Parts: sequence; C-alpha cells; structure tokens
Amino acid sequence: MKFAVIQFPGSNCDQDCLAALNGIGGLRAEYVWHKKTSLAGFDAIVLPGGFAFGDYLRCGAIARFSPIMASVVEEARNGKLVIGTCNGFQVLCEIGLLPGALVRNRKLHFICELLTTRVEVPDSSFTHGCAQGSLLRLPIAHGEGCYFADEKTLRELNERQQIILRYATEDGRIEASANPNGSVENIAGICNREGNVFGLMPHPDRAWEARLGSADGLKIFQSMIQTIEARQERAA
Amino acid sequence: MKVKVLVTPKAAVLDPQGAAVRDAMQHLGMPEVSAVRIGKYLEIEVDDKTPSLDSRLNDLCRDLLSNPVIEDYEVVK
Repeated sequence: MKFAVIQFPGSNCDQDCLAALNGIGGLRAEYVWHKKTSLAGFDAIVLPGGFAFGDYLRCGAIARFSPIMASVVEEARNGKLVIGTCNGFQVLCEIGLLPGALVRNRKLHFICELLTTRVEVPDSSFTHGCAQGSLLRLPIAHGEGCYFADEKTLRELNERQQIILRYATEDGRIEASANPNGSVENIAGICNREGNVFGLMPHPDRAWEARLGSADGLKIFQSMIQTIEARQERAA
Repeated sequence: MKVKVLVTPKAAVLDPQGAAVRDAMQHLGMPEVSAVRIGKYLEIEVDDKTPSLDSRLNDLCRDLLSNPVIEDYEVVK
C-alpha cells in the first residue's frame, strides 16, 4: 500500500508524516513535490502541516493553485482517501474539498499543546478503529485553526455526520473550556459529504508512538489502511 | 494603472485582531471606539489596456485574493 505525502514550499510536517506512515508495517509513503501533476499509483493522499507558501495572503490560499492540486481534486472526486492535517486542512478548505474556513485563533496566540479530542463518528473511513466517544490525545500547533462555517453549513455538517472530531475535556465533555482556538462547536476535524476527504487541525503525524506523548494518531492512519484494504477486497 | 482591492472579514466572522485593537484604542484614550474590523488592502499595478480587465480581476478577487466563505472584497479604481 502506498501513500503520497504532498510537499509544498513551506511544508514542515512532511517528514513527520513520512516517518509516521513508514513506521506502519506494509505501508510505504513517498513525497510528491507540488509541481508534479499525477498521483497515479497511490492509495491515499496526505497534505501535511506547515506554512505552504509562507501562509501569505491566507493559509492555503496559494497552495491550492499548485499543479498537484488538480490531481488531488480529481482523485478525491474518484473516491480516493485524502487527509489534510493542520495546514493541509486549511488547503482542503481553500480549494473547496471541505466546507468552511480556518481563521485566526480567538486569543490570537499560536498554540502548541497536547490535548484531547473526542471521536464523534466511529464508523468513518478515518476513525472506524475507534469506538463512539473514544478520546484521542493529539497535539495541535497552529495560529489559525479556528474553524468557521455559516449556520447552514454547520447544520448540514451535523445532520450528515461530517464532524469527526471535537475538542473535549480530559473526561470527554465538549465544552468551551476545552476549546483551544474558538472553533465553532469545538470542531477539530470534519470530512466531506462523501466521507473520503478528512481535514483536522490536530497532528496524528506527531502522535504515533508513546515517546512522542501519545500514539493515538496511529488509530487514524490504521483506520485509513483498513478502509483501503476492505475496498481492495471488495474489488477483488 | 493602479487598482486597489479591499478585503474585509464578513460580519459573522470573529475578528479577534480587530477586537484587540479596539481594546487598545479604548485604553489609549478613545473610549468612544465601539468596534474595529481589520481587513487587507492591496495595490495592484496593471496595464489599463488589459483585455477584459474587470471580469478577470473580479475572478481573481473571488478565487485568490479573498475567500468568499469568510471575506468580502471591493475593487476601487
């Protein structure tokens, strides 16, 4: 199984993603430079964190026009799994593969913390290794991670079970005190309507073994692998 | 010619930067200030004989210079 890790000028979690994925048996991850135009042969696509194009104008605003993004959109429309973490989430929102936008943190600070998120949808392609309500300890590191969507979009996200992760207290309650950045409804990660594109501000790529403080990020990557294996078995 | 583009956060979007500046203005002797919103101002040099200038500029304002989910824009010539 092969995952693509897209590299933009200014990506800085590309190596974290590669290390996390290549630590999983049977999986190979490779970099794909943003000027490439094909993602043929890859089973899933990862848009890593960082500051693509210096976050100039808006986070992800310039990266969305990179040549590789036409291929990311095409593969996403064909059902391939796409995950964007942190800056990758911002790029996915900018290009319209995910609804809403990420704006400046409510308290303006850059926040770098290990915190708790709650799995809201246990049967998604990215979380079916987790039980409903399970808690994932994941790090965040961002200045512009405050998720915003208008009321209509929020209603649809809730109705269609697209809100995959919310920031929670250590005992799993969704409340304002657990919200690090002012995101509406404590949203930490959402998927598209079809369920194959997932964006989240936390970094599963920085939580894949105990010595990093948490190995919970692996559950997300392993869920992706299981989803792809199940699809391949069905196709065979 | 010089084209100016103003990009402003939509009313429904939280603008913590504007709120911080409002507070600072109030502390610095202007308690009358009730709200500040911070946007972006762009000066763009462009050949005024550019074909379909208005429509091409508007397309780029919509697709690149602003994000319609959170921002409005205005082109001033």
